[in-house]
Amino acid sequence: MVTPNPPPSFPHRHLLGIEGLSRQDILALLDMAEEAVPVSRQVDKKRNLLRGRTQINLFFEASTRTQASFEIAGKRLGADVMNMAVANSSVKKGETLIDTAVTLNAMRPDILIVRHFHSGAVDLLARKVDCCVVNAGDGSHEHPTQALLDALTIRRRKGRIEGLTVAICGDVAHSRVARSNMICLQALGARVRVIGPSTLLPTGVENMGVEVFRDMRKGLEGCDIVMMLRLQLERMNGAFVPSLREYARFYGLDQEKLKLAKPDALVMHPGPMNRGVEIDSAVADGPRSLINEQVEMGVAVRMAVLEALARNLPNG
Amino acid sequence: MTDAFAPPLALINARLIDPASAVETRGGVFMEGGLIRDIGARVTKAGVGSRTRVVDCEGDCVSPGLIDMRVFVGEPGAEHRETIASASAAAAAGGVTTILAMPDTSPPIDDPAVVDFLLRRARDTSRVRVLPSAAITKGLRGHEIAEIGLLQEAGAVAFTDGFKSIHNSQVLRRALTYARDFDALIIHFAEDPDLAGSGVMNAGELASRLGLGGIPPEAESIALDRDLRLVNMVRARYHAPLVSTRQSLEIMARAKAAGLPVTCGVSINHLTLNENDIGEYRTFFKLTPPLRHEDERLALVEALASGLVDVIVSDHNPQDVDAKRLPFGEAEAGAVGLETMLAAGLRLVHAEQISLPRLIRAMTLRPAEILRLPQGRLAIGAPADVVRFDPDEPHVIDPAKLHSRSKNTPFDDARLQGRVKLTVVAGEVVYE
Repeated sequence: MVTPNPPPSFPHRHLLGIEGLSRQDILALLDMAEEAVPVSRQVDKKRNLLRGRTQINLFFEASTRTQASFEIAGKRLGADVMNMAVANSSVKKGETLIDTAVTLNAMRPDILIVRHFHSGAVDLLARKVDCCVVNAGDGSHEHPTQALLDALTIRRRKGRIEGLTVAICGDVAHSRVARSNMICLQALGARVRVIGPSTLLPTGVENMGVEVFRDMRKGLEGCDIVMMLRLQLERMNGAFVPSLREYARFYGLDQEKLKLAKPDALVMHPGPMNRGVEIDSAVADGPRSLINEQVEMGVAVRMAVLEALARNLPNG
Repeated sequence: MTDAFAPPLALINARLIDPASAVETRGGVFMEGGLIRDIGARVTKAGVGSRTRVVDCEGDCVSPGLIDMRVFVGEPGAEHRETIASASAAAAAGGVTTILAMPDTSPPIDDPAVVDFLLRRARDTSRVRVLPSAAITKGLRGHEIAEIGLLQEAGAVAFTDGFKSIHNSQVLRRALTYARDFDALIIHFAEDPDLAGSGVMNAGELASRLGLGGIPPEAESIALDRDLRLVNMVRARYHAPLVSTRQSLEIMARAKAAGLPVTCGVSINHLTLNENDIGEYRTFFKLTPPLRHEDERLALVEALASGLVDVIVSDHNPQDVDAKRLPFGEAEAGAVGLETMLAAGLRLVHAEQISLPRLIRAMTLRPAEILRLPQGRLAIGAPADVVRFDPDEPHVIDPAKLHSRSKNTPFDDARLQGRVKLTVVAGEVVYE
């Protein structure tokens, strides 16, 4: 990667969450990611920054886009990337998380990308290995690279993040994307709102520095960015919300509700979308949607993260 | 129901019972265009225009029409027991001008289309105002939250699972949490189904002597206590529809003192009858919750007088002969009550256990406030829903003359004092 200025320092061995990063840390990663964007748009996308390095993608929970994004990012930087298919692995045979970590560690990887369905599992694993660890999503806790790619997408389109009003809408309670974004956007000076039915808002969310709205129409007023969250299908049928159609009626983003936000408001979604539930197709595919751009920025942000962490490796 | 062309109506020479004030006044009520236009001593025969129909009340009471927060109408699905038309005829004859219909129908009112059906049937067949309540949980099964937002948009004014009590505390917690976002009222019948078990009457010596399974007061109070602790977490609007025990009253008093948004009701049956009325296994006295010991009844009357009990309901539950002419243990619970609620309530007034305005308040203003209705008041601009009744006229209840399709009244052959003479809904006479 071409970095004309001296590379900004990223004083962390792992990226386990946005929590614990300073505003400078976040900005450094965004600046590096900005540099990585054109790389992916060239014919020759290969760089050799991670040549000789081994990156293992260890996904305990199914993922398509995040895993592919990390794999592509690693390969474009020249790393040898290996995807561990956990479904067929020793984990199925009863191996504990720590034993898996110790075993993998013995194979001397340089970077581990980990997703786990339990909050805190990635932190636990990071304490048992010598390489750097990137949290690709742990339970309902954090998904730091998603927050970074969202911030990059917003900054590129709006020119800034400071002073913007961003609404995070939907199943905030179960969303690691929401948690990471709330921290990241506030660190960068945005005003953050969360919108959703009380059954999908975490207890005490009022104390997390955000404004809370149960009425989506009120919450959307004056927003620059409307960030929709995915509603897991198993939460739709009466457990947290009564039904798909009721959720769509009161909390689904359609063109009519979007009119309540600022005229130049932009729409985001981390994917995969439930079209017709939390987001209407006309909005998702419309001119104000940043959804595809988010995916592109995902690769750039992950390249930046890998690069930043690799620099701190021994002999990096 | 509302007829803009109905001639103006004046009730004159009446005792005006205004539930909002403790003072009785003499005078009249002038109604036009569905609203009360004037009120008090200045409403006289000479003062109203010649188009106006004038009714001389001859010193009878005139109060706001009664609002009954707990009526099982049977429609759709149980039209052999009651229809909206027959329930509304019974209501009009009992001075009840607004009923809250329970969702225990077949299909249950858990879908906006059924709310719409009920409203249209009421518009076409009812003499009184019928407000739909809708289910808290789908199919009244206690597992999944019903579509509270869509049901409210369709016209449901409150949410209840009727006689079903939600066993799963997490489900109730989430329902209360979700309802709060819509500022919806949850009316939850609190009963621990395990403690109630197979009981059929109040637990105690009498049940033991009769050899019948008992339902202890704790079946109600433990569930109510849980409910109110959840309300304390969530702060949703909550109404306990049928308290029947002293323990429940104590729990309710604590919750109210703590400022929780809670209210409670009691059925006319529990205020005027007790478990001894069951006598020789008389199934018309089989109710849910069961009739309790006389001490519990006295506590309920006292709580009504103090205002701790907010509303009185008829708990009108029509059951046909086939459902009642069975061994006590097999018979259905429930009693009709729309037509007898006022007269039965007047028993307490004649026994000087409660004042007339306080009784009327619990049947008019308080339910209106809880349901956020403009009715329930004798005031200029309020809807012209009023009832004229003679509080003293003695009569014997003849079940054959009841308007309800089912005749399961616990007051059959009872001597009551107090009779409805005239019922007006939206300025129109619906019973005379």
